[in-house]
Amino acid sequence: MNVLSDNFAEFREGFLKTVELTAYSGVLALLLGTLIAAFRVSPVPALRAFGTAWVTLLRNTPLVLLFLTVTLGLPALGLKGWDDFWLAVLALGSYTSAFICEAVRSGINTVPVGQAEAARSIGMTFGQTLGQVVLPQAVRTAIPPIGSLMIALAKNTAIASGFNVGELASVQKGLNSDQGYNIYVIFLWIALCYLIITFAISGLFRLLESRLAVVR
Amino acid sequence: MSASVLYDAPGPKARTRNRIYGALSVLGILGLLAFIIHRLDETGQFQSGLWTAYEYTDTQHRILDGLLTTLKTFAIAGALSLAMGALLAAGRLSEHRAVRWTATVVVEFFRAMPLLIMIFLLSAAVFTTEPMWALVFGLVLYNGSVQAEIFRSGINAVPRGQSEAAYALGLRKTQVMSGILVPQAVRSMLPSIISQLVVTLKDTSLGFIILYEELLFVGKAFAQQLTPVNGVYAFIPMVIVFGSIYILLCLALSGLATWVERRTQRSRKGAPPPLAATGAAVMADPGHSAPGTGPGGSGADPS
Amino acid sequence: MKLRKTAAVGAVVLALSVTATACGKSGSPDEDKDKPKNGSSAPAAPAYKVNTAADVKGSPVFDRIKGKTITIGTKADQPGLGFENPSTKKRTGFDVEIARMIAADLGFDEDHIKWKTVVSAARETQIEAGGVDLYVGTYTINDERKKQVGFAGPYYIAGQDLLVKQDSSIKGPEDLKGKKVCSATGSTPLKRIKEPKYGVAEAKAQDVYQLCVQQLVNGQVDAVTTDDAILKGYAAQNKGKLKVVGKPFSTEPYGVGLKKDDKALREAVNKAIEAHEKNGDWKKAYDATLGLSGAAAPNPPAVDRY
Repeated sequence: MNVLSDNFAEFREGFLKTVELTAYSGVLALLLGTLIAAFRVSPVPALRAFGTAWVTLLRNTPLVLLFLTVTLGLPALGLKGWDDFWLAVLALGSYTSAFICEAVRSGINTVPVGQAEAARSIGMTFGQTLGQVVLPQAVRTAIPPIGSLMIALAKNTAIASGFNVGELASVQKGLNSDQGYNIYVIFLWIALCYLIITFAISGLFRLLESRLAVVR
Repeated sequence: MSASVLYDAPGPKARTRNRIYGALSVLGILGLLAFIIHRLDETGQFQSGLWTAYEYTDTQHRILDGLLTTLKTFAIAGALSLAMGALLAAGRLSEHRAVRWTATVVVEFFRAMPLLIMIFLLSAAVFTTEPMWALVFGLVLYNGSVQAEIFRSGINAVPRGQSEAAYALGLRKTQVMSGILVPQAVRSMLPSIISQLVVTLKDTSLGFIILYEELLFVGKAFAQQLTPVNGVYAFIPMVIVFGSIYILLCLALSGLATWVERRTQRSRKGAPPPLAATGAAVMADPGHSAPGTGPGGSGADPS
Repeated sequence: MKLRKTAAVGAVVLALSVTATACGKSGSPDEDKDKPKNGSSAPAAPAYKVNTAADVKGSPVFDRIKGKTITIGTKADQPGLGFENPSTKKRTGFDVEIARMIAADLGFDEDHIKWKTVVSAARETQIEAGGVDLYVGTYTINDERKKQVGFAGPYYIAGQDLLVKQDSSIKGPEDLKGKKVCSATGSTPLKRIKEPKYGVAEAKAQDVYQLCVQQLVNGQVDAVTTDDAILKGYAAQNKGKLKVVGKPFSTEPYGVGLKKDDKALREAVNKAIEAHEKNGDWKKAYDATLGLSGAAAPNPPAVDRY
């Protein structure tokens, strides 16, 4: 009675779903997080306030509660056709974006002042200064923290199992009810799957870090 | 704001433009909020029947019970995770290879495991009849590992001259650690430590999965077990009420973090703090990064 | 609508402020609703005579709890079956009544019953680990489970059915082709409805049935499927909006779960069920709980001593 070989299809599907969920919400979180970070350092006070509110709200809400808000709130707002997978991407992406924003912002803080001053003195606008001079350099220092945020995101996808997304953690739910498998064995396989994913992410980011490293 | 180096001090034209942008974004946000409230009202989320439950003392006592349970769990898990973090950090900095390796494996494993699955396993296999300890130990294993990394990077960030000077005075390793390195490390890492504690507090909400009667469990009970009004279950009211409670709790703890951060900065004399870089302005020190995003990438993990 | 909005905002402010100060209307919101609305004509659950001289010889579980309290596992979120009032924590429902009857025959009155909410996925582990002494909560007897736990009963025969909107065109499982159906994560009804012969377009899995029911009301799914006994409770909660189709397509004998090797306790529970089926308590309990949905009481099933 081998859990993995008996249920290989479920495991494979759950593994792929977790990878997919991590990838899509990671991309969303990166885009959104960078945008909000730009808001937070922008010259428009209203945008700064919006950025601060976004970060404060999302960083202080339990992810489960955010999931509930998204999966129950959006249908109530009239967006009924959304697939549960994309609702989960939205919840995970917005949640992680608040943390990405802070990582990018402290990355911005590490860029030497002279860079921005030089950019301004040759007449660049805020958008140009940020987009072409400061952000590209900030991203490099922000890569290690973003890497650990992505690992955290991969683990957080487990929460989606409670919201009709058939990823890894839900494989376990389907198995341990009454089929008599050893729960430790199920756990071990699932743990291994997550380890593969998280080590892959940290390897990827280590590679990025060494590729993009600059000597200052 | 004029201190920012990312843009010039706005002239009259730019100021008008900024105001227009500002007004537009405020209008946009207000419009969105109005739309949300309108839609929620249309779908019957504000029907008084869904909200009256919260007026009764029985309900309030249960919310209070849930809140106290959450705080109790947080207190135990927070204290134990700090202890475990200290222990693991000491292990990772040990001179004995076996100890170092064991501590590294433990830290890496528990940091890589989803907390949800840990809690589920603990409750299904070890603490079958005590959900509280399943939750507490899940939280401790995960957050303790993260705290260990925070401690370690804090100790590594103390300038080497400090320990060299201490060794030169003839202090032993434990003395250098406890008397010189740890006090400075804790001080500089306090913001990260506290934001990880905020994560611990938020994660107590995972207890509802194993039917531990903490705050979110009580919330879900209200949402599911109050009689629906015109086919609408009380999910949205629950999210609004309990979401506010959680946000206030975490804000209070984050507020503490900010306050502590400011205090530790002010009390520093002489050299600038190695890990302080706050505010919207671009700072001048390329070698220094903000709290929680240390070079090892071992800041607070959102979970 | 304007008035409603103002009232709602007031309610939020009030809710938050009274939560902070912990004062407000005393009592609980659902107290009036717990009592049947049409006064004396609605049946009440019977009171059970506690057998103070009860003894179960050769039962390790009973020896441990004798004279103390019995821990009974049940569900908390199934109206009419196993339900807990979220404010008062009072338990109601047919499963709960069955548990009370058995407890009374074993010598435990209401004050000596410790209720424990146990979800489906944790039932076997809770019974095996001794987290609960008895489990009464829509627990279908089947051979897989008999390998891990013991079953007394059955005390009720349910069957998988469909909950649909009042005006739905779905008349039975054969109409499910291309429809969206919702059920509980990891449950047997979910697995069954995924079988190709039903041809459903999507089988959604939610952690709790209320989310399924809410999606049915919202029109996000076309039907909710699980045992008819469970569905009846939700239909009663949403009278005029939802209905149970009434064509069960499986047989689910509900049993009382207990430790696998405790044959003495199993026999004692079997006897208790038979006694209360005979003296009419069973029917009264049904009329006061599941019967409120409008369905008449079926004949109580015969106990199966396997």
